[in-house]
Order: sequence, then C-alpha cells, then structure tokens
Amino acid sequence: MADTVIIDYGAGNLRSVARAVAHAGYDAEIRSDPGAIEGARALILPGVGAAADTMANLRAAGLVDPLREYIDADRPFLGVCMGMQALFDVSEEGGQHACLGLLPGRIVRFPDGLTIPHMGWNTLSIVRPHPVLDGVEDGTYAYFVHSYHPQPDDPALVIAETEYADVFPSIVGRGNLIATQFHPEKSGAAGLRLYANFLRLALDTGSIAPAAAEAAGSA
Amino acid sequence: MLTKRIIPCFDVDNGRVVKGVSFVALRDAGDPVELAAQYEERGADELVFLDITASSDNRPTVYDMVARTTDQVFIPFTVGGGIRSAEDVRVMLEHGADKVSINTAAVERPELITEGAHGFGSQCIVVAVDAKRRDADDPSAGWEVYTHGGRTPTGIDAIAWVREAVERGAGELLVTSMDRDGHQTGYDLELLRAIREAATAPVIASGGAGTPDHLYEALTTGGADAVLAASIFHFGTYDIAALKQYLADRGVPMRLDAAHAIEDLEGTTS
Repeated sequence: MADTVIIDYGAGNLRSVARAVAHAGYDAEIRSDPGAIEGARALILPGVGAAADTMANLRAAGLVDPLREYIDADRPFLGVCMGMQALFDVSEEGGQHACLGLLPGRIVRFPDGLTIPHMGWNTLSIVRPHPVLDGVEDGTYAYFVHSYHPQPDDPALVIAETEYADVFPSIVGRGNLIATQFHPEKSGAAGLRLYANFLRLALDTGSIAPAAAEAAGSA
Repeated sequence: MLTKRIIPCFDVDNGRVVKGVSFVALRDAGDPVELAAQYEERGADELVFLDITASSDNRPTVYDMVARTTDQVFIPFTVGGGIRSAEDVRVMLEHGADKVSINTAAVERPELITEGAHGFGSQCIVVAVDAKRRDADDPSAGWEVYTHGGRTPTGIDAIAWVREAVERGAGELLVTSMDRDGHQTGYDLELLRAIREAATAPVIASGGAGTPDHLYEALTTGGADAVLAASIFHFGTYDIAALKQYLADRGVPMRLDAAHAIEDLEGTTS
C-alpha cells in the first residue's frame, strides 16, 4: 500500500506532480481507486480544467465518499488548483456546480476588465504561519493559472493571499488539510519545498497541522 | 503583484535544438532538456519548445523530450508544432507539457480550440498567430494571418481571429510579427496593442527582440503580458537574470527571486 497517493481522476498534469514529489525525495503512487485513499498517509488531489468535469470525474470514479471520509478524519491532505476549488461548497464556473462541501465558501470568477486567466508568477502574502510553509518566505513567487478563485466564508481558513486587482486566498487550510490555488509543482524551488515539507510532516509525524507540529517540535 | 514573464523559445528538430546556442557550461548545447534546466536556473519564467521537424515520424522523440523536461524542470513549459487533434493535445499533456501551442491546425479547423479547451481546460491551450502587416508602413491597414510556418497567407484578419480564438477558449495568445521576426529591430508594438485591446486573454509578444529595450517596449507600450525570444538569449548576448534586473529597475514587475538554485533544496528533505 502506497503511503503517498496522488489522485488520478482523468484530468490534469499528474506527471509533473509526481516528479515534484520524487524530486522532494519521496515516492508516490498515482491511483484512481477508492481503496488507495483509505490506505494513504499523505493524499494529494491535483487538477486543472473545469469544476463540473472535475466533480463528474470524481463521482464516476467513486472517489467522492472516500475523499470526504479521509478529510473528515483530519488526515494529511494537499489540494492543488482545481483540487483546492473542489473542496468548497459551490463553484460558479459554467453555472452553479455543487462541489465536495468540505470547506464553507464559493468559487467565484475574477471580475470583468481583467486579463483572464490570471496567468503567471505572483507573490504569496503569508497571513498565518504554517509548518508546510517552513522555508517559504513571505513574498515568494508562485505560478498561477486560473480564472476562478476561492471565497471562503470563514477568514480563519486563509493561510496566504495574493493580489490580482483584488486580494484572494491563494493558500487555505485547517487541521491537516492545506490547499493551494497556485501550482507548487511549477513554482520552482519554493514549490518543491512546499511538497517536501508536506510529505515530511505527513509521513514522519502523521500531522501537518500547525499546533500538532509545534507540539512535535518540528515547526 | 503579477509579474511579466520572460520566455526563452527553442526550435527543436529531431530532438535537437537548432540555431546555435553559445552557453558555456553545457555538456551538450544541442540537448533541449539540459538547456531548459539552465534557463530555469537563470530565472526564465516559462519555456517554449517549438518542434520544427517537418516529418511526423519523430513524435516519439518529441514525447521523450517533453517527459525528460518534466523530470528536471519545475517551471511551466509549452510545446508547439505538429499538434493537429485533441488526441495530440492529450498525449502531449500526458507526457508532462503544461500547455500546447496550436497554429495552422487551429486556423484550418477552429473547433480544435473548443475541443482542447473543453477537454483539458483553457489554461493549456495557447493559440499562436503569425501576423503580417497588410501595409508595412501603415498599421491601420491591419494584419493578415499566415499559416504553415509563415508560408501561407490566409486572408484572415489577425484581430478578428484572436477574438474568435479567445471566444472558443484559447487561454493565451502567442503573437508573432512576421515583419519583425528574425530582424532584431523590436517587436511590432502596434500589433501588440491592437491584439491587447481586442482580446481578454494574456498575450505573449514574439518576433523582433534584439535589445533589452525591445522587451521593455513590448511589456509597456505594447501591453504584452510576456515576451518570447530566442536568439537574444541563445547567443549569450543577454543573461536572463541581468535582463530581468534591467526591466525591474525600469519599473516592470519581474520575478527576481528565481535564481535560487533548485539544488539548494537537496539535502534538506532526506
């Protein structure tokens, strides 16, 4: 049974995520079966594309309930881009699409008048220190490509923000869940560090959560 | 703040970089993957590989190059050349490309843009437009779209075409001025402005870079989101890190923390 699982639901550039994990010094398995989620000690949900397709693919693969159970049990989880957006209640992309409902809030489009997608390197303003960001400095650049962004109901979910006309949350998290709107696997050294921190904490201590990490002395 | 992007472009023929590249410290200056890693280290924001091989027999060579790049390079890269179907897009993404660039095939069958955007997301569909002035001295006469590597005039108006491409789901536009390409006399700023005003998607300026000021003009007066260039980098005339500093000093938002060597990370994880 693989410790680190990258979820394959038929969309997205999984190879680059797997390579980032490998470069960080860990082995991951790309899996699409519900059983892999159950056995994982570190779970990564990547993704690009549209919200409706993402949810349809997750449902068709029978992954929705296992994902909910995994995250409800507060086990180490990293969501990336669409893998972050899918966690919220509703996405407004192409209508109103129900998502996983694990984080309260909506996915909304950038306002008209901006160049869309928001594409390229932008800075992270870290609003809440987090062990997964150990060594990732405030103001670090990360690579974004998206037309929609999260709007969480609970400001306490926001770990980092980024400015594109307005400020939007670029990293959210609670407990053992962390999720990024940008692509750490395409964000050079800082992104690789984020993967390395996530996997080290998840696999060595079983927890990426701020308080638990402090208690374990690894923050 | 969102930064402007500097994008080196490689022409690749049968898996080898063509046009001389005069970097020091390369074991194999013709290997696109080694070159890509070198550019990443110097602060390139993205990379573009253009497969110029006329024959389609070499696809496995291209896929191998894309897979090896994914293994070693952790910034986004685009692959163009020879992509004719949604299946071609899928296979290229599966090997690790972040985006594909389509040109002739999109003009011949615009549905390809729609299919690619629906199937894989707009973020990975770059529509490349080769545009030539109808009147070299008068931008108000407009620009015509050319295909087949600039050999075939289409009669299509470039501004109307980019509007359609974005409506169909193009996530980015790679705009090459055929009047300027290879001349190193500066980008066609009127073309860039006209595209910028017509389209909501990000614009990559291409064709004509010869000096740092040309890049500055494209990113400011031209309104481009990114600049693509080949010879200005490959011949070692301008170092990317120094060039980005130059642009930043003139007020262009640039990512300057990039020269962190990826190798710094090694040893911290095991």
